[in-house]
Amino acid sequence: MKHVKTLNTKTYASRAIGSGCGECQASCQSACKTSCTVGNQRCERRVDENTTKKNQNTGK
Amino acid sequence: MVHTFRRLGSNIAVDTESGAVHVLSPVAYKMLSYIKPPLTQDMPVSLRYSLAKYDSSGVEEAYEELYSLYERGELFSDAIPLGDISKALSTRIKSMCLHVSHDCNMRCRYCFADCGGYVRERTLMSQKTGKRALDFLIEKSGGVRNLEVDFFGGEPLLNFDVVREITRYGRELEAKHGKNIRFTLTTNGSLLDDESIDFINAEMSNVVLSIDGRQQVNDYMRPFEDGSGSYETIIPKYKKLVERRGDGEYYVRGTFTRRNLDFATDVLHLVDLGFSAVSVEPVVLPQESEYSIRKEDLPVIIAEYEKLALEYIARAKAGRPFTFFHFIIDLDGGPCAIKRAKGCGSGCEYVAVTPDGSIYPCHQFAGEEKFKIGNIFDGVIDENIRNTFAHCNLIENPTCADCWAKYYCGGGCAANNFHMEGDIMKPYSIACELERARVEFALAIKAALAK
Repeated sequence: MKHVKTLNTKTYASRAIGSGCGECQASCQSACKTSCTVGNQRCERRVDENTTKKNQNTGK
Repeated sequence: MVHTFRRLGSNIAVDTESGAVHVLSPVAYKMLSYIKPPLTQDMPVSLRYSLAKYDSSGVEEAYEELYSLYERGELFSDAIPLGDISKALSTRIKSMCLHVSHDCNMRCRYCFADCGGYVRERTLMSQKTGKRALDFLIEKSGGVRNLEVDFFGGEPLLNFDVVREITRYGRELEAKHGKNIRFTLTTNGSLLDDESIDFINAEMSNVVLSIDGRQQVNDYMRPFEDGSGSYETIIPKYKKLVERRGDGEYYVRGTFTRRNLDFATDVLHLVDLGFSAVSVEPVVLPQESEYSIRKEDLPVIIAEYEKLALEYIARAKAGRPFTFFHFIIDLDGGPCAIKRAKGCGSGCEYVAVTPDGSIYPCHQFAGEEKFKIGNIFDGVIDENIRNTFAHCNLIENPTCADCWAKYYCGGGCAANNFHMEGDIMKPYSIACELERARVEFALAIKAALAK
């Protein structure tokens, strides 16, 4: 596109259903302890999926 | 809801509900101020007049592109159907702030914890209480595997032997119950030695190292009990810890106050000392405090975030990147929508346990009797208090529901809301304004680095 460059490839909706598993870090336990923010947190399932894929690729 | 803004030379549109972030040409950016949903495939004729100063074929092209985003659900998208978030919150406890020490050897001027005393007398948590706290966490965690325990204070290393024993006990529980406990520790650094550094690096999945930045800033705000500055004591210890830590996660974490609104200099000072993961955050104190952040300070603070963002980009492009906690946003892999809507989980998934075994919604409520949820020994929880906190979420808070930044913020801090606005559901307005500005800069950094 000439007038629009979208920075992300996924939307929230694509991750909304079946989520909320509760495995991810409580946001206040990260580095802040005073000011809340969730946009910089990681999805634990994604971390697990990536680790599994990485292990499969390396034959682990 | 679509929020548009210009930062760091980029025109940006955030589609709140889908989370899509678009960098726009000048004509597309301007066009967004004239169009509202529902969009039609054919461009409204009025746009030709409204955007007459732009080339007409460019106007048509921009509309086509915006319309295609709309068709894909990435512009003016509908709200995500999240259901009753309070139910998702109230069923389990998975994260615990363990106050192993209500004592501290520093006298930080802004300390919310009454310099470690937490309103009451100075005490250390016993080994027995700490172990029972972990048992309680396991009991209440339900099917969740990943649990978190943060050793907090006061200064937790004043009770290092107990920290070590609780950690050892936690490893036993992990194996027995099929859990993964992530221990973390927040320290003022003064008591670090080879033994504690090696223990922390082996056992703590993250460590938060408190320091405010430049020596004169740090030493004024973070003196020892005798009034002497702490900078020269802690810097070599932090350097040693980080050097030995390898790839392990850590943050050097500071607080800025009205006395150092030029806090970008403090962030960069810490980076220049060799610390690559930095978090420096605004103090939260009543307006009458000489150190408090006030509404009139906001333009200066936002200009400071801009200065920091420009340096962040410059260093990243020069191959010398650093991490600033509030500029991190993972646009593709971040948390799910439900996590974003329920925020920090204080009082529900997340609790704090004090040395006497009392349970509070989080560390910032410790010692406030009306928020005491229960105690770990009998395990009885005051469901009324817990329920109140379960309703602290984006769906049920009307102020948050209308905010474009809600899915980045998660609804803010209930403790800050209570202490500054008198109500856990009433967002602390200064924190909201700063959060929105930080998110704009974080997104603008993404745009600049994607060029």
